[in-house]
Amino acid sequence: MTHHTVSVELEDKPGALARVSQMFARRGYNIMSLAVGPTERRGVSRLTLRVDCSEHSFEQIEKQMHKLVNVLRITELPPEESVERELALITVNAPPDKRPELIQLGEVFGARVADIGRETLTYEIVGRPEELDAFEELVRPHGVRELARTGRIGLRRPGQAQARRRAAAIS
Amino acid sequence: MTRMLGSDAILRSLEAEGVEVMFGIPGGAILPTYDAIARGTTVRHVLARHEQGAGHMAEGYARASGKVGVAMATSGPGATNLVTAIADAWMDSTPIVCITGQVKSSLIGTDAFQETDATGITMPIVKHSWLVQDVRELPQVMKNAFHVARTGRPGPVLVDIAKDVQEAELDFSYPDEPDMPGWKPPTKVHERQIREAAKAIAEARQPIVYAGGGVLNADASPELLALVEAGGLPAVVTLMGKGCLPDSHPLNYGAPGMHGSKYANWALNKCDLIIAVGTRFDDRVTGKVSAFAPGAKVIHFDIDAAEVGKIREAEIPVVGPLKLALASLTREVRALDQHERTAWHAQLQEWKQLYPYKYRKAEGVLKPQTVVEALRDLAAERAEDVVWTTGVGQHQMWAMQYIQCEQPRTFITSGGLGTMGYGLPAAVGAKAARPDATVVCIDGDGCFQMTCQELATSALEGLPIVVVIVNNGWLGMVRQWQELFYAERFAQTHLTKQVPDYAQLADALGCAGFMVDNEDDLESTLRQAFDCGRSAVVDARVDPDENCYPMVPAGAASVDVLEMPDEDFEPERITG
Repeated sequence: MTHHTVSVELEDKPGALARVSQMFARRGYNIMSLAVGPTERRGVSRLTLRVDCSEHSFEQIEKQMHKLVNVLRITELPPEESVERELALITVNAPPDKRPELIQLGEVFGARVADIGRETLTYEIVGRPEELDAFEELVRPHGVRELARTGRIGLRRPGQAQARRRAAAIS
Repeated sequence: MTRMLGSDAILRSLEAEGVEVMFGIPGGAILPTYDAIARGTTVRHVLARHEQGAGHMAEGYARASGKVGVAMATSGPGATNLVTAIADAWMDSTPIVCITGQVKSSLIGTDAFQETDATGITMPIVKHSWLVQDVRELPQVMKNAFHVARTGRPGPVLVDIAKDVQEAELDFSYPDEPDMPGWKPPTKVHERQIREAAKAIAEARQPIVYAGGGVLNADASPELLALVEAGGLPAVVTLMGKGCLPDSHPLNYGAPGMHGSKYANWALNKCDLIIAVGTRFDDRVTGKVSAFAPGAKVIHFDIDAAEVGKIREAEIPVVGPLKLALASLTREVRALDQHERTAWHAQLQEWKQLYPYKYRKAEGVLKPQTVVEALRDLAAERAEDVVWTTGVGQHQMWAMQYIQCEQPRTFITSGGLGTMGYGLPAAVGAKAARPDATVVCIDGDGCFQMTCQELATSALEGLPIVVVIVNNGWLGMVRQWQELFYAERFAQTHLTKQVPDYAQLADALGCAGFMVDNEDDLESTLRQAFDCGRSAVVDARVDPDENCYPMVPAGAASVDVLEMPDEDFEPERITG
């Protein structure tokens, strides 16, 4: 099993996302993370999908996705050739005496304080997903009340993007 | 541009697509479109008795004609009744367009009367589907729907149209082109791959062509025949491919798989090169995949890239239209000297002589295989073409074993989904496609009872068919498994031969009914049914204990073929 990140350009049509996620469910592939949003083109959404599967399964996933009418383009994002980011919001316990320490902790990691409540503090952190994991571990001892992550999004680095669009084995 | 109602636009779209016939049943949410049918259309509407029947008729029509089949139904139960046929078309790559009415746009999502999420329910079993809520989108959606159904690997699509869309006006003009930037089925093949394939073929000592239903879908039978003859390549043909290569051709070794012959399974398993063409290494053919054809290299031709390498790795994948690919491959093969293969051909011939399909006749009992053989012989002497359909089970496997098909699109069966009840409505659809042919459904008694109401459709619509029920009084294939693998615990498989009285039932549904329970009267009874000039049902009461052999037990290696057990075997009674 290996992690694969794949970027899918999808027509922004009703049911388009359902068709992609349905295909994963029906063929028994597990989606670890999924982020959807607009792209530079009107009417086109970008899905960034993270899956954990064998190389053979991943090839199947790509080929099956290619057959979906609403799927325009599929690009694998290998870590060394891509930029990947994720946003997390983390609300931790922050009694007044702890706040300076927590704010300092955030600064080290480049996490902004998005909100301060009477007994809590909410971090906003953007980074590579692994950095978010590390930060999450770091603040956990302080008591994480709630946590939300967007799921990773990614783009191929310019100059390499054109390279390996795996055109579904039309080799 | 013509101003018209959405309902009329649906029919004008069907006409523009060249649709000659559709199969359906009206209901609330599709009523405006049926009203448009009343206003006039060149499309013939065949009134089915159940939407599943309408769906299978559309499939039978599509398989017999090579055109897109069309089924129409209302929302809710109309749409859900179509689901089995859609799933069947999905598994067997049959191009059909299903048009369903949907509740008014304003009611969608409110659990309104007869509202179901038709596009949602069918999502995993369609190539694509559309929910039309804006009448202006209707013409382009129809264009796209037909295009998707027939291009690439064929299959079902669903167009769900809200009732108010059918009632709304639009300026209609039918688009010339589909508009789907994401739909790009392959239209070319890689010449380099073809050359590699040709080289591998030329070098092979023991090659075998493994041809499936994709050949029929691609109308590539002439190209396949040319390839087989150019390379002197022996072939096996799957259940779904039956008819893509003449059954009488000396290089055609027939069907491999669970109930295929030992020689076809051995040919496939013991070859050194598999040339897979429009086939998908289904588990009913491969048996245990890890033990399947261990010494073989694989060339896999398919229009669907996702099938190549899905089950068995292909050393030489060739994705693209089969017609082009096979024609191109044949040219390359002709240019190369083929490896000497006398021993391989002799081996295949020897296996074929040693392990023919066979069964034991017994005094006073009509054997199911005898019925199928009689049908085969009767068909051979007819002047007109005979198109066969089947249900699913033992009778289907005997039909595969004993029926001779010389032409493509003359053997229509439910392979992937294994839909009992498919045969009879599929025969009605096939008759609509081939009015010149005699259409014969070889059915089981269990299958027949699932869709026999469509006999009324056949009788009243002037689409006469011959249904021959191989009546053993059991859900025969299930009974066989219970006998062999469940210690003869025959739970809930006995139907009885007498109830219903099939001949009377046929009569009640406007058809001629016949019954035969002995070999002496078999031929004359079948002859009467063929020549009665209307839809006929023959209740052929056969040996209830007959099992279908040879057999590869589920999960076993397909090289381990069980022949009919030997006890009491009397060689002089072998036939087949």
